[in-house]
Amino acid sequence: MSIILNNISKSYNKVKALDDISFEVKPGELFGLIGPDGAGKTTLFRILTTLLIQDGGKASVAGYDVQKQYKDIRNHVGYMPGRFSLYQDLTVEENLNFFATIFGTTIEENYDLIKDIYIQIEPFKARRAGKLSGGMKQKLALCCALIHKPKVLFLDEPTTGVDPVSRKEFWEMLKRLQQKDITILVSTPYMDEAELCDRIALITNGKILQINTPEAIIASFPKKIYKVRSSNTYQLIEDLRIYPDTHSAYPFGEYLHFTPKSEVFRSMDLTKYLAERHHKEIEVKETVATIEDTFMDLSKAHE
Amino acid sequence: MNIIRYIIQKEFKQIFRNKAMLPIIFVLPLIQLIILSNAATFEVKNIKFAFVDNDKTSLSRELVEKFEASSYFNVMTDFPSEKLASKAMLEGKVDVILEIPSYFERQLLKNKKADLSVIINAIDGAAAGVENVYINQIVQQFTKKAQVELFLFNNLGNQPQNIETIPSFWYNETLNYKTFMVPGILVLLVTMITLFLSGMNIVREKEIGTLEQINVTPIKKYQFIIGKLFPFLVLGMVLLTVGLIISKMLFQIPIVGSLTLMYLYTIIYILVILGMGLFISNFTDTQQQAMFIAWFFMVIFILMSGLFTPIESMPQWAQLLTEFNPIKYYVEVMRMVMLKGAGLSDIYPQVLKTFLFAIAMNALAVISYKKTS
Repeated sequence: MSIILNNISKSYNKVKALDDISFEVKPGELFGLIGPDGAGKTTLFRILTTLLIQDGGKASVAGYDVQKQYKDIRNHVGYMPGRFSLYQDLTVEENLNFFATIFGTTIEENYDLIKDIYIQIEPFKARRAGKLSGGMKQKLALCCALIHKPKVLFLDEPTTGVDPVSRKEFWEMLKRLQQKDITILVSTPYMDEAELCDRIALITNGKILQINTPEAIIASFPKKIYKVRSSNTYQLIEDLRIYPDTHSAYPFGEYLHFTPKSEVFRSMDLTKYLAERHHKEIEVKETVATIEDTFMDLSKAHE
Repeated sequence: MNIIRYIIQKEFKQIFRNKAMLPIIFVLPLIQLIILSNAATFEVKNIKFAFVDNDKTSLSRELVEKFEASSYFNVMTDFPSEKLASKAMLEGKVDVILEIPSYFERQLLKNKKADLSVIINAIDGAAAGVENVYINQIVQQFTKKAQVELFLFNNLGNQPQNIETIPSFWYNETLNYKTFMVPGILVLLVTMITLFLSGMNIVREKEIGTLEQINVTPIKKYQFIIGKLFPFLVLGMVLLTVGLIISKMLFQIPIVGSLTLMYLYTIIYILVILGMGLFISNFTDTQQQAMFIAWFFMVIFILMSGLFTPIESMPQWAQLLTEFNPIKYYVEVMRMVMLKGAGLSDIYPQVLKTFLFAIAMNALAVISYKKTS
């Protein structure tokens, strides 16, 4: 196993950031940690990258214990923190050289690993890192995290604040890195990115809700789900919340996702109810659940 | 070695790329040196002097002229009465009032004795003391001369005995205040720049998040710390050099002692300051916090260094505290080596203590620096 967590807990004063977390990540796996802000994702990353010591439980990365063999871990993992944390006043090339040197290697030695990514930023190699665009910064940070050919790569919300095109590119890069035998643990608040992972763990309030492949998680969604739309979205939420058969109703893109309480629910009943409440252009259709629906359902049950 | 070299290189690049910091590091201290050396003086000059001459004789006028001739006194117009003069002092227009009584000349001739009244504004006690000495000197010279001139006619055979003291001022023969101040101010500048820069440097990496990235690398604590602090040691030495050149060229301060000794001591001293800076940055999260703590220590160290006020006149407990003030030792060493030409054996106690501080401070700093939070 590349990453093993056994009953990891961590509290900040009285707030439990991580509560009894256990899971394993297989070698070469692209594993996603999916959860909202404040779920404990960053705390988990900081423990696994030896920046923070857990209160209880055991964890190992690449076969090394995070507490006892932290020095070995530092040689074998790459970490990309959520915040851009390279030297803004050094150029692209200088940043890369700097990290290569402190890992005791050179750019040339592991060039094949970063080549795909580096050629995209190479035209700007004399530019200061602070002057790069968000997507470019991300690529540079990824290069710096990869320069010493790590066994495990930790990416803490790598795509937050990055435009959709760069996000897509970024995930394609991750898929390619996976081919090169690098285990990747990535966290993201974006549910659409979850479907690109091999397996995901849904996490909220320091607890894991479910761990499985994205497909299995979607398939496990227990209820029928409907997308609902009308001309007045705000009023629609209000009305759905007081509708007696509502289990949950929340915005999802231009629709609302609605799950009923009863098994015998018929969409025409809801249409009728909404028409009585003066909604126009009413649309109620059954749809397929997504990761987000599962997440909402699980976190609702969890509360 | 390679890693340390690379970090040092990186630090220098960052220092020289920070266009706002460069003048702060190199120009401001030198401006401070020039301004402070000229302004921070305890010499009491331009004393606002007023007199009330109730006698109005040639002798009383001669006394006033003595004051006019002195470069320390600015003689204002005379006041018709002591009352008006006191009022002027109350308004801050006058520092010293000399009142010459009626029949001053006659008394002096007849009784060989006369009284003068001197009123000094003593809000600044130290200045008042100095003014008192100046006035006494002038009055004494005057009476001596007056005695010779006046009594010569009376008893020719009885020459007054004159004992004259001629003080000889060592190490600063012309009593040039700058000679005393410049080495001390130089110390301040070297200390301030190295303490502030080193204190803020690591905190800055914390603030911008690069420290977290560094901490997950296999870099060793000592490599990182040496790499970080070495550039500031170099900066401190450069500042000292430029400061010494200015002292010599602009202020003509004599540099009697060995430059090598001065530089060697400065290296040990800067190590103390860098250790302190690192220690501060370990316990702060923002540059602002680091700056305030650095200032706190800086102010205490400066005021208790013996630079502006003699340590001998501090209360016992404060004197004890100054034993732990590195600036005190540096000021002492600079003055001793620069002005007196002291050798290693003369400054041995200071060197030893500073060396111990350097070890203690850096040990504390290294221990408290943690890669894991």
